[in-house]
Amino acid sequence: MKKLKHSDFQYHHSYSCTFKNSIMSVLIYSEHTEGKFKKSAFELVAYGAAIANSIGSKAIALVIGKVDPQELSKLGNYGATTVFNIADGSIDHLSNHLFAAYISQVAEKEGATVVVFSHSNTGKALAPRLAVRMKAGLVTAASGLPTTFEPFIVKKSSFTGKAFAKVQINTNCKVLTLAPNSYPFSETGGTASIESFSPSVAAKPAGTQLTDVQKQTGKILLTDADTVVSGGRGMKGPENWAPIEELADLLGAGTACSRPVADEGWRPHHEHVGQTGKVVAPNLYIALGISGAIQHLGGISSSKFIIAINKDPEAPIFEAADYGVIGDVQKILPDLITEVKKAKQ
Amino acid sequence: MKILVCVSNVPDTTTKVRFSDAKTFDSTGVQWIINPWDELSLTRAVEFRESIPAVVEKVTVINVGPALTEATLRKALAIGADDAIRVNADPKDAFAVAFQIAEAVRNDGYDLILCGIESSDYNGSAVGGMLAELLDMPNLSAVSGLNITAADVMVDRDIDGGKEVLKVQLPLLLVVQKGIAKDARIPSMRGIMTARTKPLVVKEAVAGDTYAEIVGFDLPQAKAKCKMIDAENLAELARVMHEEIKAF
Repeated sequence: MKKLKHSDFQYHHSYSCTFKNSIMSVLIYSEHTEGKFKKSAFELVAYGAAIANSIGSKAIALVIGKVDPQELSKLGNYGATTVFNIADGSIDHLSNHLFAAYISQVAEKEGATVVVFSHSNTGKALAPRLAVRMKAGLVTAASGLPTTFEPFIVKKSSFTGKAFAKVQINTNCKVLTLAPNSYPFSETGGTASIESFSPSVAAKPAGTQLTDVQKQTGKILLTDADTVVSGGRGMKGPENWAPIEELADLLGAGTACSRPVADEGWRPHHEHVGQTGKVVAPNLYIALGISGAIQHLGGISSSKFIIAINKDPEAPIFEAADYGVIGDVQKILPDLITEVKKAKQ
Repeated sequence: MKILVCVSNVPDTTTKVRFSDAKTFDSTGVQWIINPWDELSLTRAVEFRESIPAVVEKVTVINVGPALTEATLRKALAIGADDAIRVNADPKDAFAVAFQIAEAVRNDGYDLILCGIESSDYNGSAVGGMLAELLDMPNLSAVSGLNITAADVMVDRDIDGGKEVLKVQLPLLLVVQKGIAKDARIPSMRGIMTARTKPLVVKEAVAGDTYAEIVGFDLPQAKAKCKMIDAENLAELARVMHEEIKAF
């Protein structure tokens, strides 16, 4: 097994937010999936632009990878004034140390005092590295705009949804990740200038090599879904999932499950919602035959609405739910599908 | 290969969260456990330590915390770690934790470092990435699978709607989430007995910065009472979904 030496990683440099120039900005790291932005990218641009507006800075977006100018310009419609693009076609997978180096160069050039990411797999991967690089305080999974700017205090969910922590950042530079679906936004009608950026970073060491990509196609991602239909042990077995899929199709929803269901192998692990699985924050979460263990509630507490159907009137899920139906989920679900179809007409 | 597993000491996941004052978690009567993702990482590391001991020569666990966290480190030793390090500090933010770990292990030549994606108390998702940057080491996040053989190390990383399989070189830090091991290992009686005599080294903290601090906690607002809809009146539920929730 060949080992890399630490000296193979040459491009370490640290930048600590002491500015030579007077321009200041908020830098927004905009993620794309195969060249397209998702709703969460627009949400983040609007969030970054709102912070920029509050502190009298410019809102600048950075996109790494090949994306069409037309797609890039969409970010202007949510508040970015400039979009930088590092259009390196050789990047086939996320390299945290390389991307963090790129982002810090743009941050330095543009006098960024605040850098924002989505609290996604990518944002979680990059933000901590960048924060150290910039000697910046970090708050992850921010639940909204800073409550105050002097001092800079951001609220975030903690104890897996059981409390909110108010975190004060004491450094000149700040790095934030925004919890999904937590910032209401709309189009601004603005436009952004598009600039390409060439980072001055040495060739990356061959530390990781992509050998395979396995993707499901045509499925709505749980973390993107506006509605999530989720089944628990009350569904009795994997053979009973067809109505869940049907309801999800009707609603354009993602499908999910509780931990016991994933552990039993009734459904794949990536559908497990809860403290140790995925944390979701949809507009509507429908819990079918889920009792609502505290670990499950931690994963769904940021949902705007929760509907629960369960045969046990004492099930803790009803304490978290907005609307509840008591009864046998197997009997109720087909009737609910019929009623939704009627209401859709 | 030497593996380091970073373990956080957290309240049991069923703990009712209370605060003794505006910014202090009330730990009265709290059961402490190994952070769930750290426990899964450790389980996977120990599986390789046992199945291919010639390749994985040592598994070390480290925690930054006061003396009360030693019970958690002993449990990690009982699960199968060879030795443990406690850095004696009461860190105020994720950077302070990462900094103390970096200073404690910088010269110890770990080939693979495993960190859980977040701790179940402060939900920071930060220590792993920060530690990698402080050690100037490449890292991968969202790791849901790890396979070590004498020939190579393969890592699964979750991406939107799927996963990537990566062949990796060491040294490397992995930020680990669900999937890395099926279930956390429960210590055997023999494991618990041998854990008592395994080395647990206490290192004093070095001076470092704190970049952020918690200035207060709020409990979530109590939810309005659940509105019950009769199982015979699902048209009403469909109406609520359509008109009030705007789900379709």
